[in-house]
Amino acid sequence: MKDPDANTNPPVDGSELIRFEDVTKRFGSNTVLDRLNFSVDSGKHVTLIGPSGSGKTTILRMLMTLTKPDEGTVTVDGEKLFPAPEKQLREVRKKIGMVFQQFNLFPNMSVLRNITEAPVTVLGMSKDEAEARARELLDLVGLADKAGARPTQLSGGQQQRVAIARALAMRPRVLLLDEVTSALDPELVAGVLDVLRDIARTTDITMLCVTHEMNFARDISDQVLMFDSGRIIESGPPEKIFSDPAQDRTREFLSAVL
Amino acid sequence: MEWDWSAVGDFMPQFWDGLLVTLQALALGSLISFVLGLVWALLMRAPSRFVRWPVGVVTEFVRNTPLLVQLFFLFYVLPEWGVTLSALATGVIGIGLHYSTYTMQVYRAGIEAVPPGQWEAATALNLPRVRTWQVVILPQAIRRVVPALGNYVISMLKDTPMLMVITVLEMLGQARLFAQEHFQFTEPLTVIGVAFIVISYLASLLLRSLERRLVR
Repeated sequence: MKDPDANTNPPVDGSELIRFEDVTKRFGSNTVLDRLNFSVDSGKHVTLIGPSGSGKTTILRMLMTLTKPDEGTVTVDGEKLFPAPEKQLREVRKKIGMVFQQFNLFPNMSVLRNITEAPVTVLGMSKDEAEARARELLDLVGLADKAGARPTQLSGGQQQRVAIARALAMRPRVLLLDEVTSALDPELVAGVLDVLRDIARTTDITMLCVTHEMNFARDISDQVLMFDSGRIIESGPPEKIFSDPAQDRTREFLSAVL
Repeated sequence: MEWDWSAVGDFMPQFWDGLLVTLQALALGSLISFVLGLVWALLMRAPSRFVRWPVGVVTEFVRNTPLLVQLFFLFYVLPEWGVTLSALATGVIGIGLHYSTYTMQVYRAGIEAVPPGQWEAATALNLPRVRTWQVVILPQAIRRVVPALGNYVISMLKDTPMLMVITVLEMLGQARLFAQEHFQFTEPLTVIGVAFIVISYLASLLLRSLERRLVR
């Protein structure tokens, strides 16, 4: 049921931050999201699992305003995303940070500048302040000595940790993690996941995470959503989903990836 | 027919004048084509087709008509519309405009070669559109297109003799003038031929070192 006051009451911690209502998305004849409904409360860590092509990444991209639903509404912090004027989308984007599978660092900038560019131009932070903050974040992700490096001089794992720092520099309320370790060599995965575990433990940031790393999902999640063919077929706390799933499809999927 | 070194010596004062004009035309023409080409390329990405359509038509027209015709047009028709420019200025504009319709395609390819993930990262960071172009897209696009732009500079160099037809005394103009006055054709034409090779070669060296520095 929709709360009639949802748009007037400023949400406090623990209240609903993200809501998908009857969201449908098609690419050609392929329906990637099929009348999807779910919501995420502020401060929660939600993991989206399921076979590839089941629509998980599309959800994150929609929240980041990179793609639009064909039907239904997406609400972030009481504001409807589509349709919305660019100005309103910019307000919503302020609250959301995203880390991509392919890192997407800016190769023409130093690591430090990758992190400071948006805080300076978007948030209006002074250069000194932004750099001080960027160095703290680099320290957090274990790359304090790489501030002057170019992204191409770093390993994939290091690049992804810079991308995490870059997203955090905007102080988002929501962090979207889109298969952030899928493009990494196996030995580099742990370093990135450790950083994310750290963030999950020490901040009150809301996290939506698409991953195939089931141990990581079990560790950090408050809730796990199991997707199949554009629908959530099962959801619950990780203990329940991973040890005693209700659906055969979930069991099948988990036995295939674990 | 005998090679006459003294004719080479006699031609030198005129040759230096012509060389200077050729280099001026090349430098300014390149500059115009680089800037205007980028403007066209960006306009062709405008959201409104009322921008894209006229730009597309004009640039297509310029690209597919001969430079020589355009030079004559600028030189003889513009004054009738009250626009009077020096012959060199007219030539530089003509060459720059003509080549801008080629460089725009180079820029377009360079812009399209920037991975979509770069745009997405810029959106995720909430960078304004103009800023995204300035600090993310164009620096990466331009780095990619330097070699192709350089090839057009060399092409342009080889087209500078066309300016002769609108009375600009670049190298070929000076050589012809000298030849007509002294009835000696071999020496001045050979001298400027060598000069063209030397300039092309130096330009390609410059370009290669620029490429090396950008690709780093």
